[in-house]
Amino acid sequence: MSDASINASSTSREDEASFGDYFALLKPRVMSLVVFTAFVGLLAAPVGVHPVIGFCAVLFIAIGGGASGALNMWWDADIDRVMKRTKSRPIPAGKVEAGEALSLGLALSGLSVIMLALATNVLAGAFLAFTIFFYVVVYTMWLKRVTPQNIVIGGAAGAFPPVIGWIAATGSMSVEPWLMFALTFMWTPPHFWALALFMRSDYDDAGVPMLTVTHGRRSTRVHILVYTILLAVLAVGTAFSGIGGPIYLAVSVVMNALFLLGAWKISRRNEDNSEADNFKAERGFFKLSLLYLFLHFGAILVEASLKPYGLGGW
Amino acid sequence: MALNKEHDLHKRRFGRNMGVGLLLGSFVVLVLALTMVKVTSNGFQFPQEQGAQD
Repeated sequence: MSDASINASSTSREDEASFGDYFALLKPRVMSLVVFTAFVGLLAAPVGVHPVIGFCAVLFIAIGGGASGALNMWWDADIDRVMKRTKSRPIPAGKVEAGEALSLGLALSGLSVIMLALATNVLAGAFLAFTIFFYVVVYTMWLKRVTPQNIVIGGAAGAFPPVIGWIAATGSMSVEPWLMFALTFMWTPPHFWALALFMRSDYDDAGVPMLTVTHGRRSTRVHILVYTILLAVLAVGTAFSGIGGPIYLAVSVVMNALFLLGAWKISRRNEDNSEADNFKAERGFFKLSLLYLFLHFGAILVEASLKPYGLGGW
Repeated sequence: MALNKEHDLHKRRFGRNMGVGLLLGSFVVLVLALTMVKVTSNGFQFPQEQGAQD
């Protein structure tokens, strides 16, 4: 074997991936949301958990979420190359091979499910496995490119972490974790549709049937308002459940008033208004949506943290 | 592609190897801690004791 053949078979590349590129496959920003909501689900549960077990539960739920992200990037590499928002991801940027993302995603999926089941209980592990399956197969491979309700359905996958956190602590289910599920589930569509309004051509170019493409931008604005009204009813109503309390109620009333106002403004605007100020209201609504979810789950966390001291809750 | 000792490729490979090493080390520590917590908890029983009770 000559030197030339050694070089030809070598995998050395000038743009070889760094550790950070593999980490980026796990969608760290989405993972931070998963960590936070799973942590709240775990602590809001009426059962104490050993700190090491709690840490393991949140860690393996986060790794499961990251594995879903890697599998999503493997499958969606073709459309990620087209969209401005995603073309710098590791696969379209040429830093990581699609097959590597698949291997990493599958390995971390198996590891996270097995370790969560061993650290907590089998039901929690089974729910994590279902969540990964739902996000990768049902949403990414099947519905994302087929229906304009893709975001609504995809929102379900992102809403599971607090339920898994609760099950990890209790080993069973009740109404409260499903209220946290519903909160994230109903929040996702207005959050993403606002993004779709100001990332104008991205989804058109990629051929993803986003509501803005299939039903038009006017209809998307109305959808945002309708979902925000339903979300407000659900979010404020949660204040009167086992995970709510006066602090949550105060936060929820203020945030939902602001969110409804933002959705109302978006519904009243047309494309000329929006282009004139570079989608100021839509961008503002998107930023507010991030704060909205963080504060709602933060308030649930505060209520749960105060309960041992005789405060928190009703 | 001329590679010298200082090439950026080496730094990236070193970073990757170091990252994987640290992750594996952390995983071992985590499994050890988890095992300690499980076996020292009140509800812990050895499998044969569970079988004997059945």
